[in-house]
Amino acid sequence: MAPFYRFGFFGDDTSLVFAFIIGIGFGFFLERAGFGSATKLASQFYGHDLTVFKVMFTAIITAMLGLFWLAWLGVLDLSRVLVLPTYLTPQLIGGLVFGAGFVSGGYCPGTCAVAAATGKMDGWIHLGGMLAGILVFGELFPVLSSFYASSPMGEATLDQYFGLPYGATVFLVVLLALLGFYAAERIEKKFQTAQ
Amino acid sequence: MHYDAHRKEIMTRIAKPYMNPYVAGIGLGLVLLLSFVVMGRGLGASGAFTSVVAVGVKTVAPAHAQSSEFYQEYLPANTHPLKDWLVFEVAGVIIGGFISGSLAGRTRRSVDRGPNATPNMRLTYAFFGGALIGFGSKLARGCTSGQALTGGAVLSLGSWIFMIAVFVGAYAVAYVVRRQWT
Repeated sequence: MAPFYRFGFFGDDTSLVFAFIIGIGFGFFLERAGFGSATKLASQFYGHDLTVFKVMFTAIITAMLGLFWLAWLGVLDLSRVLVLPTYLTPQLIGGLVFGAGFVSGGYCPGTCAVAAATGKMDGWIHLGGMLAGILVFGELFPVLSSFYASSPMGEATLDQYFGLPYGATVFLVVLLALLGFYAAERIEKKFQTAQ
Repeated sequence: MHYDAHRKEIMTRIAKPYMNPYVAGIGLGLVLLLSFVVMGRGLGASGAFTSVVAVGVKTVAPAHAQSSEFYQEYLPANTHPLKDWLVFEVAGVIIGGFISGSLAGRTRRSVDRGPNATPNMRLTYAFFGGALIGFGSKLARGCTSGQALTGGAVLSLGSWIFMIAVFVGAYAVAYVVRRQWT
């Protein structure tokens, strides 16, 4: 019965071995997708190459459908899969700041590690800037802590929030992603013919 | 010197094209699913770097780290703070990225930038952009890995809000920072 760790199949030390192996897979596919390159990632926000959107949403619906089917087959206990608690306003503001940083710096935390590993100097500098940003947050935490803990909503999920069955929500997210992929292909074509 | 330049030229020429985005997305999604099945948790990145910052602060100013609610969360008393799931996962990300880059001829010392941008301009943007994503990911309790991908797949409300906000924030300032990419 999955998740194996939650059912005590192995301990904390073994979990670190899995962390390393899973990380290798993660880094491998990030680099394969072209996410070790800032120019590739940033082009998402200039219209002509929407790879970031396509890869992200394909990954999300793949994992989401996998969880759905494994739970349906009774192989996986969904209630033991970690859902991070929602703090609506700090997550909204944090996302806006993150987005502004993403298009300026060209990477996110995982992809700047991949960029650094493949020799990109901007990846290394980005990594240094990120550590500095985390330090600034840490030092300002006494001032920020009340905002950080504001608008708590617990482990809120889309299906609960909209009062829909889990399966219907999964179906709607897949539908939305497919519409998004169709739009992305159209937009890319438009930019190609415009140039 | 001459040999190096020649070698660089060959390396650029033989760099393989990237994987089809949908195929790479399925690959990433299966790695994420594996993490859910084996561990009951998804992927992450910013958390590992926060552990590194917390250890740094503790080394330089132990009393200050001790008194901070924020750093304490990344400094467990019973084990070394770097003996952490996300730290090991990100170590794997670095190795995995290097393996893929090596196999495709994409490991080359370079500054990735637009044709009209100078390296210094690009590196300045990289530093300040990096600082913003570091700060933003802490405010949001995670980044594109821990919130967008992982939280997205388990339909977390806050993760979807974060993801939408990331795209809005990026499109909003894209025009302002375009000079490094063009």
